[in-house]
Amino acid sequence: MDINSFVANFAGIFDDTDSSLITATTKFRDLEEWNSLVALSLISMVDDEYDVKLKGEDIRSSNTVEEIYNKVVANKA
Amino acid sequence: MATFTIPNVSIKGVACCVPPAIVENLKHSFFSQEDMEKFVDATGVKQRRRVEKNVCTSDLCVKAGEELLKSINWSPSDIEVIVLITQSADYLLPISSALIQNRLGISTKCICIDIPLGCSGYVYGMSVLGALMNSGKFKKGLLFAGDTSSKSVSKKDKSTEPLFGDAASATAFEYNENAAEMKFDLGSDGSGYEAIIIKDGGFRNQTTVDSFTEKEYQEGIIRNDCQLVLDGMEVFSFGISQAPKTVNALVDFYQIDKSIVDFYIFHQANLMMNKKIAKKLKLEDEKVPISLDEFGNTSSASIPMTIVTRLQNQINNKSSKLILCGFGVGLSWGTVYLETTNDFSIVNLVEY
Repeated sequence: MDINSFVANFAGIFDDTDSSLITATTKFRDLEEWNSLVALSLISMVDDEYDVKLKGEDIRSSNTVEEIYNKVVANKA
Repeated sequence: MATFTIPNVSIKGVACCVPPAIVENLKHSFFSQEDMEKFVDATGVKQRRRVEKNVCTSDLCVKAGEELLKSINWSPSDIEVIVLITQSADYLLPISSALIQNRLGISTKCICIDIPLGCSGYVYGMSVLGALMNSGKFKKGLLFAGDTSSKSVSKKDKSTEPLFGDAASATAFEYNENAAEMKFDLGSDGSGYEAIIIKDGGFRNQTTVDSFTEKEYQEGIIRNDCQLVLDGMEVFSFGISQAPKTVNALVDFYQIDKSIVDFYIFHQANLMMNKKIAKKLKLEDEKVPISLDEFGNTSSASIPMTIVTRLQNQINNKSSKLILCGFGVGLSWGTVYLETTNDFSIVNLVEY
């Protein structure tokens, strides 16, 4: 897995947010569409694509897309 | 590993009772239409039932129990064991199953047990009642399961209030030496105890004046410490991993061919979660009925509610192979494989 494909997968969980707005350094909580229901889609995507169980605390303690990516990598290891 | 079988016990029938008042999520009194459209889209909960202030879980149970006994032609005096699963008992004490025993006119020789489990509770209750009955000492028993969750949630908390509905169920168990074995996989993980919790009002944090102070945790999440907390992300993460695991553990251990199972009835948590669980288990949609659209998450009543409201035509008075799976507060989970007999009676949904 690499950060670029993770960013693309992350962008895929949004319906109304243009994928160009999602980069590794994007603070996802600042996105207008971000809410607790989108967070469930994130957990679901990470489970599907990486077979990793992302916990609520992993998301709460992260600010950027890259920080989530790092948690997925750490969980995978 | 809590994987075990219970022989000699069959299920004779099931009934459910809901309050008549329907609450429509798209016409929510506190949250905006836009918020609620997103909510309904993701969770699938369009409407649910809510009890009046003076109606308790035991009232719904008694009504369901009366209709069930009528339908299967049992007399209250036949009942020797009652197990009630609820997290919204009438009183802190005494147990509500004793109130039900009295109101249904069941003999004082009856054993009554309350078990305060939630979403996994129906399957747990089946294992407890089945274990008590399988030696043949008791011939007839009733399992009640249900909650009035609307009384536990804050009306200003969009992470809980629009999700839950009120309902209760009654299920009749009979000693039957010809019954197919019920096969169980049960488990618990108390490390997740805070994921679904009511913090105050027990004996760790006894109720004080501060317990009733409303706090805003984030926009749309305002509640006090006597009200239900649901960590949606944590529960979702738990559900999509543990529910498939427990079902797979059961079918692998007992070498059950998944394709011979007629229906898989899951606890109704939220649609996104339920779809994901079914997808991970590679189950066909038509084998996985959903009732949360109309009744929400009805806690321990969600499995019998789905049977009564979605499967009556398919499995009433018919022998069927079913897998039931509940998961949630505790954290706790349970799966059972069972075969109904051809006199299995599903009573029409009743209201109280």
